[in-house]
Order: sequence, then C-alpha cells, then structure tokens
Amino acid sequence: MEFYLAAVLIGSCLSSMSLGIFITMKIFRIPDITTDGSYTLGAVTTAVLITQGWSLGFVIGATLAAGALAGLLTGLVHTRLKIDALLSGILVMTGLYSINLTLLGRSNVPLLQQNNIFDLLILFKNTVYNQLIIVFLFILIISGLLAYILRTDFGIAMRATGSSESMTGALGINRNAMKITGLAIANALTALSGFLIAQYQHFTDASMGIGIVIVGLGSVLIGDTLINTLNIKLLWVQLLVVVGGSIVFQMMLALALASGINPNMLKLLTAVLVLVIVGIPQIRLRRSL
Amino acid sequence: MIELQGISKIFNLGKANEIVALGRVSLCIERGEFVTLIGSNGSGKTTLLNLIAGTESPSTGVIRISGQEVTRLPEYRRSQWIARVFQNPMGGTAPDLSILSNFRLAALRTQPKMPTIGITEAFKKEVRDRVALLQMGLENKLNQPMGALSGGQRQALTLLMCVMDRTDILLLDEPTAALDPRSADIVMQTAKQLIEMHQLTTVLITHNLKDALQYGNRLIQMENGDIRRDLCATDKAQLTLKDLYAWFE
Repeated sequence: MEFYLAAVLIGSCLSSMSLGIFITMKIFRIPDITTDGSYTLGAVTTAVLITQGWSLGFVIGATLAAGALAGLLTGLVHTRLKIDALLSGILVMTGLYSINLTLLGRSNVPLLQQNNIFDLLILFKNTVYNQLIIVFLFILIISGLLAYILRTDFGIAMRATGSSESMTGALGINRNAMKITGLAIANALTALSGFLIAQYQHFTDASMGIGIVIVGLGSVLIGDTLINTLNIKLLWVQLLVVVGGSIVFQMMLALALASGINPNMLKLLTAVLVLVIVGIPQIRLRRSL
Repeated sequence: MIELQGISKIFNLGKANEIVALGRVSLCIERGEFVTLIGSNGSGKTTLLNLIAGTESPSTGVIRISGQEVTRLPEYRRSQWIARVFQNPMGGTAPDLSILSNFRLAALRTQPKMPTIGITEAFKKEVRDRVALLQMGLENKLNQPMGALSGGQRQALTLLMCVMDRTDILLLDEPTAALDPRSADIVMQTAKQLIEMHQLTTVLITHNLKDALQYGNRLIQMENGDIRRDLCATDKAQLTLKDLYAWFE
C-alpha cells in the first residue's frame, strides 16, 4: 500500500512538470526538451538555498525564476537565432548540466536537517498522508493559477499562438514574445517539480534530471488520450486530467517494479511505457481502417 | 491612407531562381477608397497586399500608413490600422479556440492582451448580437471551436472580427476563393455592409471578374509585377464584363 501511495506522491510532484510539457507540446505545439535541465535546475536551486537557510516561500520564488530563465534562454535561441526548437532545448539542457553541477558544488547534496515543505503539516500519524495532502494542495493551487491565466486575454493569445500562425500576427500578437513567455512558464513549472522531488527524496543529485522529459511526455500523452476519448473541452478539467496522467504513469512504473523488474531497467521501462502509450492508438487505428 | 513609393520585391536576389515579384511600384490609396485588385497568377497582387500588411518587407522603397513610415514595422505592429481576411478560411481564425475566444482576441487587435478575464457577460452579449446579424444561427454556438465551422461561416465571422476593434484598413485576399457561390455571396455582401458602415479603406484581391466590377470604387490591374491599369470610379462604372475579359487575353 505504502509503495503505491509513494507512486501517487511522486506522480503528483512531477505533475507540475507535466503541466509545463502540456503547455509547450499541446498549447504552443513546440517540442521542448529543456526539461531535463530545468528540472534539475529547480532541484539544485532548492538545495542550495534551503541549505543556506532561506525560507520556503523565497525558495519557491527563486526556483520559479531559475526555471523561467532556462525557458527564456531556449525561447531566445529558438526565436532570435531561428534554431529548431528541439535543438534549442538540447543546447540549453546540455549547458545547464554544467551550471547545475557548478551551483551544487558536488554531484549530490543531502537535505536532511533543513526546512522541508513536506514537514509543514502534521494531521495524521502516517507521514505519507500528510505529504499527500501537502502536495495535492500545492498542485491544486498551481493548476488553478494556470487555468486562470489561460482564461485571461493574455492566455487566449497564448493559446491562439499555437493554433494559428497567420491569425495571431494579424491580430497584433507578437508571436515570438508569446513563444518565449510560454517556454518560460513551462520551464518554471518544471523547476517546481524539481523543488518538490528534492524535498521529497531529501537530496538533490546533479544527474536526477536525465530522461525526466520522457516521464513528462508519457504523462501528457496519457492525459491527452483521456482528453480526446472523453472529449473534455473545459480547460481546467484538461489540466487536472494531465495531473492525473502524471499519477497514472508513476503507478504503472510502480506496478512494473513491484512485479520484480530490475530497478536498473527503470529507464528502459519508462521508454517502453511511453512507446506503448504512443503506439497503441496507431496500431488500433490501422486495424480499423 | 496607404502610400507605396518605388516599392520592389525580389525573391532569391542574385541566385539562379531570382524572381521579381514587384518592380518599382508606386501607389497611393486615399482614405475611404475601396480598391479592387485583379491580375493573373504571379502578377504580384498578393505580394503587394503582404507588403502593406507587413508579412513581407520590400527590397526597395518606402511604405507609409496614415502618414507614418511603416516600411520596417512588423505585421503585429501594423495591426493597429489593418485588419485582414485571408484566402484560406483557416487563416484568419484559431481553429482550436472557441468563437468567443476568437472574437475576444479580435476585440483587442490594437490593444495589449492583459492577464485579466475579458470574456464577461457583457462581452458575450455583444458578440451574440453581432453574430446574429449574419443570420447563420451561429449566435447560439459561441462556445464551439472555430475549427468545427464551415469555410463560409469562418470567413463571415473573420469579417465580423475585423471590425471588433478600431480599424482603418481592411485587406481582403481572395476571401471567397475557397467558398461555394452562395457562401461567397453572403461573405461579399457582409464585407460591403461593413466597409460602408465603418468607412474602411479597403483593398480586395479577386479572380472573380463579376465581383471586381460589382465591388469597389477603384480598379487596378496588375501585370508582371507592375500596375497595368488604374481606373477611378467613373471610368470603372463604364466597364463591362466583356472589357475585363479582354484585358486578360
């Protein structure tokens, strides 16, 4: 039981990242893989600032800013230098690896005695429940804020940018500025997942972000499949479904591990899982033709 | 209102596939004029329109709108004067967004898009009233995604969106080319009404010579990247369809 609750917890922590990927992939239609770097950057910022004794509120702000900066950089490379979005993301992500290592000072920093967001609430004896409530509240606030932004005039302009190139320019929307903003928001959300995971696992590791973009991608794809099959139109429900997708993805991994798969195979398993999620609709489609 | 001075546009300059789309065109369009632009494919009509809109910038020459030089001003900044309808019905709207959201953006064409909720009950009512004028029954479907509508419906709505915010210039790039005759008629009639109601300076590109005769108070024929004929309202009134066909032989 605890084992699966932990999966729910991790899935919730990572759902902020999934929301970020949902924004770039589904709203802006830009494939952004800065994620690996900005996720670790979030965790690194958290570790550095928490060990220096800064308050959690400040750490959240700094983490968001750091992630946004990473997204901004990818956005600038992509729009100003007209470099393919995928390549821009890879460049920034690769560069961030060194920056993360430098900021952290060494490859691994434990966070045992410091402030921890998961210690804020003690309602139950079982810490897992307390942790769950905290992370749910946190994600609810994030999704709520995001849903609000997307409903505003600015948010509509963001959504239009991914939907129609010709229309946005004709209606006075600076497409490049929008893309940069979108990438900044997405990577700020991704960094927030780093913030949560670092505190949940009580350490930050410079290589913790390797392959994390696939986890986010898989979560968004699960969410997207549900959104399409259930024909969900309301934006805030879509966001909650993406959060759900993130939890489902971690549950699937947990199930696989519980069935006795070697933990060294985790990344391979993740990749295969995403492949299955992407591939099954295609196979079904072909059969029905 | 619109002033083009010695405008040329050359694609692939200096390469083997160099194309002169426009060669030193000068043109002055007065406020309130409704110019109909005709010419065979490749004559430079669309390039001319794109240069005015700002999606392309000229190789040489100066463009002024309302007396202000805009030669290097990007498209999204020129939208403070210009509203457009595209040849492709998909071009002027965002298919994934609802009709209402599309209209909200159109209502903010000349203004910044702020992080505040702009789709209020009052705004919904305004859109509903305006859309009802089309008599297409769309006023009750404002929450439907734009992509679910037919080409004719989308072009008609795009036209309405053009006058949601302050507009001086309306650019119509073959707005009915992709439509069936009945829808085309509705769209052109709607355009005519709006242009008169809001006294818009208009440039219409069309391949439909009947439309070219029927609409507008100035007729320009383009040929090989240059202006071949330029007729004022009185001269245009004396033209017949037969004359027009003869121009293309």
